[in-house]
Amino acid sequence: MTTAELTPAEWAALDDVADFDEAIAAFDPVLGLEVHVELGTATKMFCSCATTFGAEPNTQVCPVCLALPGAMPVVNGTAVEYAIRIGLALNCSIAPWCRFARKNYFYPDMPKNFQTSQYDEPIAFDGYLDVPVGDEIVRVEIERAHMEEDTGKSTHIGGATGRIHGAEFSLLDYNRAGVPLVEIVSKPIVGTKASAPEVARAYVATLQDLVRSLGVSDVRMDQGSMRCDVNLSLTPAGNPVFGTRTETKNVNSLRSVERAARFEICRQASVLTAGGEIRQETRHFDELAGTTASGRVKETAEDYRYFPEPDLVPVAPSAQWVEQIRAALPELPWVRRERLQRDWGFTDLEMRDLTNARGVELVAQTVAAGAGAGDARSWWMSYLAQQANSAGVELSELAITPAQVAAVIGLVSSGSLTAALARKVVDGVLAGEGEPAEVVEKRGLAVVSDDSALQAAIDEALAAQPDVADKIRSGKVQAIGAIVGAVMKATRGQADAAKVRELTLKTIG
Amino acid sequence: MSLNEDLTRMSAVELAHAVQTGEASAVEVATAHLDRIAAVDGAVHAFLHVDREGALAQAAAVDAARAAGNPPASPLAGVPLALKDIVVQKGVPTTAASKILEGWIPPYDATITTKLKEAGIVILGKTNLDEFAMGSSTENSAYGPTGNPWDLTRIPGGSGGGSAAALAAFEAPLAIGTDTGGSIRQPAAVTGTVGAKPTYGGVSRYGLIALASSLDQAGPCARTVLDAALLHEAIAGHDPRDSTSIPEPVPAVVQAVRRGQGDGIKGMRIGVVTQLGGEGYQPGVLDSFRAAVAQLAALGAEIVEVSCPHFEYALAAYYLIQPSECSSNLARFDAMRYGLRVGDDGNHSAEEVMVATRGAGFGAEAKRRIMLGTYALSAGYYDAYYGSAQKVRTLIKRDFEGAFGAADVLISPTTPVTAFKIGEKVDDPMAMYLNDLATIPASLAGIPAMSVPSGLAADTSLPAGLQIMAPALGEQAMYRVAGAYEQARNAAAGFALLDRIAALPTAAVPTAAAGR
Ligand SMILES: [Zn+2]
Repeated sequence: MTTAELTPAEWAALDDVADFDEAIAAFDPVLGLEVHVELGTATKMFCSCATTFGAEPNTQVCPVCLALPGAMPVVNGTAVEYAIRIGLALNCSIAPWCRFARKNYFYPDMPKNFQTSQYDEPIAFDGYLDVPVGDEIVRVEIERAHMEEDTGKSTHIGGATGRIHGAEFSLLDYNRAGVPLVEIVSKPIVGTKASAPEVARAYVATLQDLVRSLGVSDVRMDQGSMRCDVNLSLTPAGNPVFGTRTETKNVNSLRSVERAARFEICRQASVLTAGGEIRQETRHFDELAGTTASGRVKETAEDYRYFPEPDLVPVAPSAQWVEQIRAALPELPWVRRERLQRDWGFTDLEMRDLTNARGVELVAQTVAAGAGAGDARSWWMSYLAQQANSAGVELSELAITPAQVAAVIGLVSSGSLTAALARKVVDGVLAGEGEPAEVVEKRGLAVVSDDSALQAAIDEALAAQPDVADKIRSGKVQAIGAIVGAVMKATRGQADAAKVRELTLKTIG
Repeated sequence: MSLNEDLTRMSAVELAHAVQTGEASAVEVATAHLDRIAAVDGAVHAFLHVDREGALAQAAAVDAARAAGNPPASPLAGVPLALKDIVVQKGVPTTAASKILEGWIPPYDATITTKLKEAGIVILGKTNLDEFAMGSSTENSAYGPTGNPWDLTRIPGGSGGGSAAALAAFEAPLAIGTDTGGSIRQPAAVTGTVGAKPTYGGVSRYGLIALASSLDQAGPCARTVLDAALLHEAIAGHDPRDSTSIPEPVPAVVQAVRRGQGDGIKGMRIGVVTQLGGEGYQPGVLDSFRAAVAQLAALGAEIVEVSCPHFEYALAAYYLIQPSECSSNLARFDAMRYGLRVGDDGNHSAEEVMVATRGAGFGAEAKRRIMLGTYALSAGYYDAYYGSAQKVRTLIKRDFEGAFGAADVLISPTTPVTAFKIGEKVDDPMAMYLNDLATIPASLAGIPAMSVPSGLAADTSLPAGLQIMAPALGEQAMYRVAGAYEQARNAAAGFALLDRIAALPTAAVPTAAAGR
């Protein structure tokens, strides 16, 4: 939704959103976060269709996920295992017996016109996640983590908004229909005051970090494999009774989580301060404007008519299986980071920067590919970080692998590349020109280490500038810079300056 | 009587034998039945679609396999069958007797369909039913009612009226039915045929268009108990594509029938359920039932009376659970991906097209049950309706557990009345629902139950049925009693019930119609 279609009331709300500090002085924010994680199983929740992201529309479908008459679901055991992994990592209890339910509502991108989801019997419940916020740890209580299936995807063509109302026609892609999801619901987070937006962001970031380490999802917010709804209400400072909450959807980056929470705090404060009432509603986050806007107002509350899914038998993970899964859980990411920091000898600041840049795993893999930890960190955190920054992508999204970075580092340490040449090799890899060795070859970037070629260039430079040789002989060694410069120019920068210097001095005698 | 007509009068066992010995080819057997359909189905209207070409191709494959010296694919190889049009068959129109699926060609086979094909059973076509199997008379079909071959002005039962009528009209020796609250057993009873509802989960539901998922169960229909047992074994078994299917071996029901016919049932305890009889039951039906009880006692069974006090609430519970699940199961018929689409003229939204399509595509009974179910599941009503109904279901299961402590099988009349006139009860849903009074408890409990002809009711001269119920996975006891009873009743009467059915009016040109 763009600001162009805001209602007058929305405009008004935008005009006089309260100042954040004033809002916090008058009200206590109460946060609630609902995070959907798309599981990285090879097949869908209830059928054997593939789940590959970005496939041609409607190529990953079958009678079950298209809801053809007569087709029936069967639960994907791997998805259950992944959900249990998430539950255990969130310190939840795992239900020994639970069922799926049908959430009934009509929508064209939902083939059965009900979503198979867990309702009052989640697979995991009553856990917590310790979230580092600055130097503090905030414990966020987890209400539940339950399994459900994704819907298909509608693309609305025509009309001004790209939404279903006003569209000329809609295209439906059912590839995503039935992809397994786990929804993680926090309990209300209270007492965070001015840090509420930061806590919201840190919670989602920590959750993302955790789930990624479990190997159950790629948790890409940009691709929708991790999606977040921010629930927020305000209560007059010191009042223990929660206010009416809004649910902001479409919050698709960590930064947006923080901005959405912040905007809602300000917006709600201004409404309440002016004597207004907060409507319990769904709001949409506008990435560009950094604001939230009211969704379609429903005249009646949606009644989903939940009932236990009769086509599926209950999910009953044995205690033994749950313990096996628990025993096989990977090291928690923050524990792993402490260990790596010790191994690598990084300072706290270096490690924090690396973590914030989401470079820990990249460095770990670069080290595993044979590079020194210091070199790996400096490549990822300086030159590669600049490239990622200017391309507006994450480090991990750069078109270079840790193994390739390690190869470049290896070429520098062996003297085959200078630092400057190495950057050019990296540029080549990023530009899709192949492996580092191939880029060196194609771009002709190897250090000129052939002494005879260098000698010829030096002789030529000395002949061209006879006075320089005299100056050097008379003790003005710094004059050698002119010769080195000329040789570097002649070799198009591919000579090792130290070597040129050494050879020049030798030549002059 | 022509050779063709002889073939249509034979049992499945006899036909399979004829094909195996080369007395008749599978193509001859299929042709005889297709010709019979062409001759009489104009009057009976048991079929919604006749797949003459497909059936003959399947039959030819059976003959080719035999010619190649291969052993028969199953004990029923080469025997024709009528498939209820709620079971999907790849490439053959499947409508569930609803306008909303008119013209839909399934791209896949139900597990039952696959098993039938693999067994060399020749599928003649798709039979009529109440729309989405909602009804007890087949009058709710969007494509017109089916006549009962005993009296074409009467209903053949429902929802599987087409399958039962096809058997009684000698259009097919075998048929597939589906039973949610009695849709196999009640049509069997009123047409003088045999129909068995297996234990819930005994036969895969994959590819069976769902009415009420927790109740639906497909099963065999035939003219004899042995034929039903053979078909039962052909279609039963665990299916990984149906999560509710039971991972247990198929009960040896053919052996059980032979045991009943050979060793009898001496010493078996047979329970008569007090609550399934008396008020609301037609005197002729009760007389027929009493005669059956006497016959079973004469066979040496120990007859005990058992009480199932919660059966009183079964009908009410059923009419909450079934519409609730139905309202959700039928939600997928929304014009988006298949079937009817109404109002897609560029001026209406997807939501409006959905509403218009569902309005035009569903019949009155479907709409009634969708509304009932939507209401029963609504917030604020769920506990009082759906929740209470599930509690009743548990109580009924306990009643059965108690009863099966005292008896090996339970018996009752299958239906309270014999076949009524077409149109007689269409405006009175409650009267219609009462037809399932005796069959619903077994459906709610998920236990196996079947109907076997118990002769003609003296007051209407129309068939009545004996219902035999057994504990979950107790099909062997059920079939053993059914086999023994059928044999004894036929022996006492001197003929099988269907031998005395009147001839049907036949069309002039028997081989003309290829399908419709
Ligand atoms: Zn699928």
